[in-house]
Amino acid sequence: MQDELLNISCKKLRDSIAAGQISSVEATKAVLEQIKKCEGAIGAYISIFEEQALSRAKEVDNKIAGGEATGELAGVPVAVKDNMCTAFGATTCASKILENFHSPYNATAVKKLLAADAVIVGKTNMDEFAMGSSTENSGLKRTVNPWDVSRVPGGSSGGSAAAVAAGLCFAALGSDTGGSIRQPASFCGVVGLKPTYGRVSRFGLVAYGSSLDQIGPLTKTVEDCGLMMNVIAGHDPADSTSVDERTAPVCNYLDKLEEPVKGLRIAVVPGFSAGAEMGTQKAIGDAIDVYKKSGAEIIEVEMPYLDYAIAAYYVIATSEASSNLARYDGVHYGHRTENPADYIEVYTKSRAEGFGKEVKRRIMLGTYTLSSGYYDAYYLKALKVRNLIRGDFVRVFEKCDCIMMPVAPTTAFKIGEKIDDPLTMYLSDIYTIAVNLVGVPAISIPCGFDEKNLPVGLQIIAPAFTEEKLLRIARMFERETNWHSKKPSIIARV
Amino acid sequence: MARLEYKIIVGLEIHVQLCTKTKMFCGCALSFAEQANSRVCPVCLGMPGVLPVMNKQAYEYAVLTALALNCETAEFTKWDRKSYYYPDLPKNYQISQYDLPLSANGFIEIPIEDPRLKTQDQRRTKKIRIRRAHLEEDAGKNLHTAGNFSQVDLNRTGTPLLEIVTEPDMNSASEVRALAVELQRIVRYLGVSEGDMQKGHIRFEPNVNLVITKDGAEYRTPIAEVKNLNSFRALERSIEYEVQRQLGEFMETGKTMEAGNKTTRGWDDEKEATVLQREKEEASDYRYFPEPDLVPVKLTKEWLADIRGRLCELPIKKQMRYVSEYGLSDYDAGVLTAERSTADFFEEAVAAGGEPKRVCNLLTQKGLKIANERGCNLYDLRITPRGVADLAGMAETGTVSASAAVTILGAMVDTGKGPDVLAGELNLIQKSDAGELEMLVDRVLAENAKAVEDVKSGGKKSQKARGFLLGQVMQKTKGQANPKVVSEIFDKKLR
Amino acid sequence: MTKIRKNQNEKIDEAIVRKVAKLSRLDLTDAEVKEFTGQLISILDYMAKMNELDTENVEPLAHCLPISNVFRDDVPGESLGTEKTLANAPQRDGEFFKVPKILDESGG
Repeated sequence: MQDELLNISCKKLRDSIAAGQISSVEATKAVLEQIKKCEGAIGAYISIFEEQALSRAKEVDNKIAGGEATGELAGVPVAVKDNMCTAFGATTCASKILENFHSPYNATAVKKLLAADAVIVGKTNMDEFAMGSSTENSGLKRTVNPWDVSRVPGGSSGGSAAAVAAGLCFAALGSDTGGSIRQPASFCGVVGLKPTYGRVSRFGLVAYGSSLDQIGPLTKTVEDCGLMMNVIAGHDPADSTSVDERTAPVCNYLDKLEEPVKGLRIAVVPGFSAGAEMGTQKAIGDAIDVYKKSGAEIIEVEMPYLDYAIAAYYVIATSEASSNLARYDGVHYGHRTENPADYIEVYTKSRAEGFGKEVKRRIMLGTYTLSSGYYDAYYLKALKVRNLIRGDFVRVFEKCDCIMMPVAPTTAFKIGEKIDDPLTMYLSDIYTIAVNLVGVPAISIPCGFDEKNLPVGLQIIAPAFTEEKLLRIARMFERETNWHSKKPSIIARV
Repeated sequence: MARLEYKIIVGLEIHVQLCTKTKMFCGCALSFAEQANSRVCPVCLGMPGVLPVMNKQAYEYAVLTALALNCETAEFTKWDRKSYYYPDLPKNYQISQYDLPLSANGFIEIPIEDPRLKTQDQRRTKKIRIRRAHLEEDAGKNLHTAGNFSQVDLNRTGTPLLEIVTEPDMNSASEVRALAVELQRIVRYLGVSEGDMQKGHIRFEPNVNLVITKDGAEYRTPIAEVKNLNSFRALERSIEYEVQRQLGEFMETGKTMEAGNKTTRGWDDEKEATVLQREKEEASDYRYFPEPDLVPVKLTKEWLADIRGRLCELPIKKQMRYVSEYGLSDYDAGVLTAERSTADFFEEAVAAGGEPKRVCNLLTQKGLKIANERGCNLYDLRITPRGVADLAGMAETGTVSASAAVTILGAMVDTGKGPDVLAGELNLIQKSDAGELEMLVDRVLAENAKAVEDVKSGGKKSQKARGFLLGQVMQKTKGQANPKVVSEIFDKKLR
Repeated sequence: MTKIRKNQNEKIDEAIVRKVAKLSRLDLTDAEVKEFTGQLISILDYMAKMNELDTENVEPLAHCLPISNVFRDDVPGESLGTEKTLANAPQRDGEFFKVPKILDESGG
């Protein structure tokens, strides 16, 4: 019974609550029950706001009972990745350096969730400061993949993806800088969308790679992604890089969702996709066949500059990160070392104690690539390569509606498998990373399983500010298949 | 003893705090704060997740100032991060401008005194080139007075600063001072900064060195950058001190300028000397790169024209014009143009018909004195330019004497009444009716025969006696006789 | 300005890593310096892949979005107030943040 409730979509839940068939308190209690059962094993959350969530749910129920107007997510229990500031609880970014940091303000995306009457259940685990592809870099705890607890949930939004997959919330917000929504969505068999850069406000999202970061939803269905986008998308005067209404107006992402895209032209990059594991390639191939059968045209293209995306990304992201993380210095907030000899040691020791290895490594890389004498060779070069990569996408989108490829070269790998060699970990971002460099939107939808019974995600990439069409394309696949209804057995078993 | 000649070379790095209502990137007010850390928000505190949004007024003030400094303004400008760690810089980077500043290649005209020139009309000016002017955010304040720790106050963090860099075109302490005074005058005129050096609204850091010629060869001493100057006097004195110090150091060590041997020295007001600051272990690598959280600015032709339309006549041009057009003395022109409100008031009074020299006298002898005492400007007093113009007119026609006019101005400030009303009330209207005065003169001459004789006899006694007789007339008229008319009557009767 | 390396083609070594750590205000142990040096060498070698591309006539792409002129009006908003500002301060002295005494006068 509880399983049935936890399996329904956000939209269905919201409609049921609005119709009085179920209360938000019931739904929230169900989620909290599930957390009691599974969270010990999965470890998706850093903080859980049990009391606050229940009282919020009660408020929403009262509003509905009183006939008051309520928001688009009224009564739906959701989770927020712990790198988005909340004025309640701590905002840790899964780092020791911010373990006890209490933000005085809410991120704009969080404000919008609250205004939509969503019930925020807790803050989810992640790779520290969003730096990682497995959530193994969390400085605070470990999260496992609900499909196989000996494996990673993906990263950096691993906690959010695992929470959605295991019914520990109905939807979650994640952030994506190099694939951090799409890859964990793929590993955990859920839907994950990275919107166009500038579509969702970054105000309150703790910055990692400022020209690459975007907040996006992780959900069970494509429709729910649209619902979340209706809530969080839009211009924010507090974010100079958020696009204005005139340049790219927001639309209702659910209006035309059921309308298929006629004459759909799909680009595939065979040489590039051939680098993935066999099980993944098969699932992707089968998925693309589904589109072919429904009448879509599959066009093979070459995107030669994609091979350089990882190099360019890691220069740009680490350069920006080295600067963004300079503020964590033990002076104004966050962890401070005890007994510093002078004020310089406040910096050097607090940061050494508070940051994990991967974070230190990326700060060092970024400091080096920006340093005097190296700026031209690395940073400036990377910005030029970025322009070349954009050229690849522009050319392809001239004759295609979208690009399809794997999300990751493998399915969820074993815990500890890639953690020893950072470069190996970086190279696994090969399919997601170019999208962030160029700023276009991309979604990962469940499209099958490999021979190990691990979920595979299909990545669909679209031109800037065409999320509405992107969701329609994704929905076409969802209508024809059942992959998104599969649930990890942990939900029933535990 | 070798023949030593030297030339002083000074360039200035100036920071002007703009008087916008809010900080550069957030809405924290720039009003006076009683408590430390009370004018801080998550953005200027550099909290996780915050983002900057540019203050339009700050940008426009910056462009306006750049125009007043005859700079070329960039059609396309961008923002950059300058990284360094310091407790008063919470993000540990400053948002500034590096390779594409909003303006460059201008100049500022400074008045310089040349004792060789005979007439004041030949007042000279010198153009000091401006290399660039760009916008950046200010840091907070570190205080070290409390004991074995330092305190950090972030109220000032994020205040908009206009950084102006000159070429090393100044060759004396007085030129440096002249530039500082002129720049202060300009920014106050434009209304972009309060420009109070003591309050840190305008900060000067001179870079000084000497070019020494010894036995026909030229040597350059290492450049010293001087900080911590809180007054024009300190600025001037610090240059003078550095000149002597560098001369002495050169004569002792022969050390010359090389890459990387520029030093930073702090000015000690009590000792009246510069002191070498602790050498940093390694020079800073600011790792400039484009600020990803801000988008560039495109200054369209229309926008630029709109800002240019807000430019006013520059103070130095005004000052020169008052001398050449109105015949005012250099000194008086300087007083009237020291502040924009004074100049505006003066010009309005002249436009209303006031004779410039008379208006000038009224303002300098009375109006400004009162305004300064009260710490306000002329417009804050209960007088109007029209009123002053009318009063000047009354002095011009002889209706009141020049000194009476000054008194009347004071009364106008006190009561808010018009000059003609007050002239009557205070009995200051001069008697100028020749007929009436002639009768009085006859009486005085009749009563003072001895004096009349003395006048007619000529010589030393004549002037004195004439003065005495005039005095008698004034006494009888309670000071209200128009001395010019009386003098004409005397001329007639005392031949 | 001290350059990190004398020559662009020089391999990064422990001395350089220590300098970078100092610039990053990170206190690294000797073991960490050693480990990072090896890892940074291989990562930077990979990044040098970009040199295969001729970018002589390519413009750098710093911003994805073609937007410019984003401003706010000069209208005061709310400040946090001293208490909230200092709420997360690791050490405070009354209304100030507190740090060990800063002995050199200037920072930047």
